[in-house]
Amino acid sequence: MHKLLIDSPDEEMLLLGNDAIARGAIEAGIAVATCYPGTPSSEIPDNFFAMFREGGFYFEYSTNEKVALEVAAGAAISGIRSMCTMKHVGMNVASDTLMTLAYLGVNAGMVIINADDPLMFSSQNEQDNRYYARLSGLPMMEPINAQEMKDMTVAAFDLSEQLKLPVVLRTTTRLNHMRGMVKLGQIRQIKSKGFFKKDPFHYVALPAVSRNLHKVLLEKYDQALEISENSEYNQIIGNGKWGIVTNGVSMNYVQDAVKDLEISDEVTILRLGFSYPMPENMIVKFLTNVEKVLVVEELEPVMENDIRSIAQAKEIVVPIKGKEKGLFSRLYEFDPGMVRRTIASYFGVPDTSPEAVDVSGIPDLPGRPPNLCAGCPHRAMYYAIKQVYGPDAVHPSDIGCYTLGILPPLKMADIVICMGASIGTSCGISKATDQKVVSFIGDSTFFHAGIPALINAVHNNHKFTLVILDNGTTAMTGNQPNPGVDTTPMGVDTTQISIESLVRGCGVEHVQVVNPLQVKKGIEAAQASKDFDGISVIISKEICPLYARAIKKAKKVRPFYVNQDKCKQHLDCINLLACPAMYIDDGKTMINEVLCIGCTVCAQVCPENAIVPLKIEN
Amino acid sequence: METKRIVFVGVGGQGNLLASRLLGEACLSAGIPAVVSEIHGMAQRGGIVESAVVMGASSPIVSAGEADILIGFEPSETLRALNKCNKNTVVITNIHPLPPFTVAIGQGVYPDIDKGLDLIRDNVRSLIALDGDELAAKAGNPLSLNMVMLGALVGSKVIPLDEDTLKETISKTTKQAFLDSNLKAFDFGVAASKIG
Repeated sequence: MHKLLIDSPDEEMLLLGNDAIARGAIEAGIAVATCYPGTPSSEIPDNFFAMFREGGFYFEYSTNEKVALEVAAGAAISGIRSMCTMKHVGMNVASDTLMTLAYLGVNAGMVIINADDPLMFSSQNEQDNRYYARLSGLPMMEPINAQEMKDMTVAAFDLSEQLKLPVVLRTTTRLNHMRGMVKLGQIRQIKSKGFFKKDPFHYVALPAVSRNLHKVLLEKYDQALEISENSEYNQIIGNGKWGIVTNGVSMNYVQDAVKDLEISDEVTILRLGFSYPMPENMIVKFLTNVEKVLVVEELEPVMENDIRSIAQAKEIVVPIKGKEKGLFSRLYEFDPGMVRRTIASYFGVPDTSPEAVDVSGIPDLPGRPPNLCAGCPHRAMYYAIKQVYGPDAVHPSDIGCYTLGILPPLKMADIVICMGASIGTSCGISKATDQKVVSFIGDSTFFHAGIPALINAVHNNHKFTLVILDNGTTAMTGNQPNPGVDTTPMGVDTTQISIESLVRGCGVEHVQVVNPLQVKKGIEAAQASKDFDGISVIISKEICPLYARAIKKAKKVRPFYVNQDKCKQHLDCINLLACPAMYIDDGKTMINEVLCIGCTVCAQVCPENAIVPLKIEN
Repeated sequence: METKRIVFVGVGGQGNLLASRLLGEACLSAGIPAVVSEIHGMAQRGGIVESAVVMGASSPIVSAGEADILIGFEPSETLRALNKCNKNTVVITNIHPLPPFTVAIGQGVYPDIDKGLDLIRDNVRSLIALDGDELAAKAGNPLSLNMVMLGALVGSKVIPLDEDTLKETISKTTKQAFLDSNLKAFDFGVAASKIG
């Protein structure tokens, strides 16, 4: 049995934050779960994927976050509990649905997991999605550790059902990817069959209907406010004159700092866990008992501004500071030492932080950025395009493993904004300039957001080459399936959709499907695209070797090695491919046979035919 | 209890996250309150992986200068993470290099390991240096480097966990097929920590 399904209340486990959320959904009796993968949220749906058959609920990887939210909404409006997970930028994709879903409301609990990413560990930006609660009017809750990741998920379902509104559970990377002790709870029985009760003048968002629904939403805000005032997740701790307001992972940094600085008696901590609506009465009570306030929140001054506004409305005058020079930045993530030092400085106590080792004596260390894996088919396609188009073509790219193509020596990404933007920006750049444009998009990204843009390119007669890098999986986030993937090896029944048919269906006439590991074919296709006047699509189709290995479909191949007698040190392999399996030892170009998967691309690139398969001595 | 902040650094694919997770599980079974933090996604893409196990405090990450113990699975990464240390930190490092591809393409120079070890020794409480890759190979599985490093950590006696607790956790949590080589690698690590 999957460890997150066990019926063992009070058992303690060390769980990843994301595992705890998945367990919370199980305890809440989830019936439908949807998502689009996105770091740092991906482990939640991956757990659902591993559990749903045994657990007796429905799960799908949806095409994108908007669709995922709509699927979950349809289920919740029909009366069964649903969850939708996404990363912060995914909320942007889903936001059209979110905003009006807030007006419609739901009939069974619906929880939306929104995973923010301060410091942009794996994201295009570090937007603060607490603003989405304020923009949409939906209640928002913020856990502080693994136990709360689980408990709050259960509570969020109950709250959602009470208010008949979806509830957003907002996390940050450090919470999603921490492991902590979690005591399990009871598992609620799943109600898996609902019924859509017809009520068009509630659920069809026409102006006449929505004018009433907005009023209802504001009434629900008042209800939610009442609940927030009494929530166990909004806490006033201590009774000192120094006020500290905090949320999320920062609560841990504050707690540790107060302990390290030995100022527990001087401090009152206001921890906001049910953070929208903000509990105004509790905040007033807190403000009237302290002499100065420090707001410790990552990213935007959301709580700071709300609290200032409440103080002004209640005519409470007390210094409230957070984001300012010398205190906290709006940039990036916090860490325990920095929070401790800022608290010490703001309240005028000696700082107890130890001094770090002086690292000025360390020589400049070589960078170790993540790279495309050894044998990655994208590397081969990038090489082919570069050979034909040279260094001057413009390369709009997109979100996926292939974005790593930005690194030298490949340098095959010139602009990346968000999912699917490669195609739209290609239209704009090719229209605005005389430069050749060759853009790249992955298979999952293409299904997610590329199709409307490709239709635009054809319909509005744009001229550029699009390379769809189809490696048969959603690789960067952990090899989740997408509509182009045959899910039979995973034991799951879905309908596979052909990218080639889809591209032709969008009206593209010049379509080539190539195996990029056949370098000559890749170069021929690139040349044909370059010569074509219009939209040319190359589908670069070869399975991700990592994924192939995981589903036990990896071809048995021999690793390659460099025949030093034939090698003339042109270094084309190193300079043009830079496969991580290659290295230089004592002036000799070598291949690490543990990393090499035998893709043969370097062998095809070598002008001396000096790279050959390792002979197996048998 | 005394707070212990342990930082693990290494290269994607070296089993860094499994090591910190095992330590976290061992803490749970020994009744020691602990939290673990990790950076995901580098398993095959060769980037830097950092994780931390914090015993007796709530913050899952460790600030600069605040590591009580730094465990480096790769010597240049140990050097890169030196700013996590203070003069009382204990450093345990593998000395077997895994140069990044930037070195191969001439975008960086791999540091002199011996000079690096001297620099570390001069700035922290103590340094345990071992060839983890050699010991892992000796144990029968090059991928058991993480077990060697865990063994060295436990053997150095800087954390309140004993060998039996860790070995039990390894037996319960890792794949049975690798159990034999994992436990052997762990023992080699323990032994190496006594010499270092």
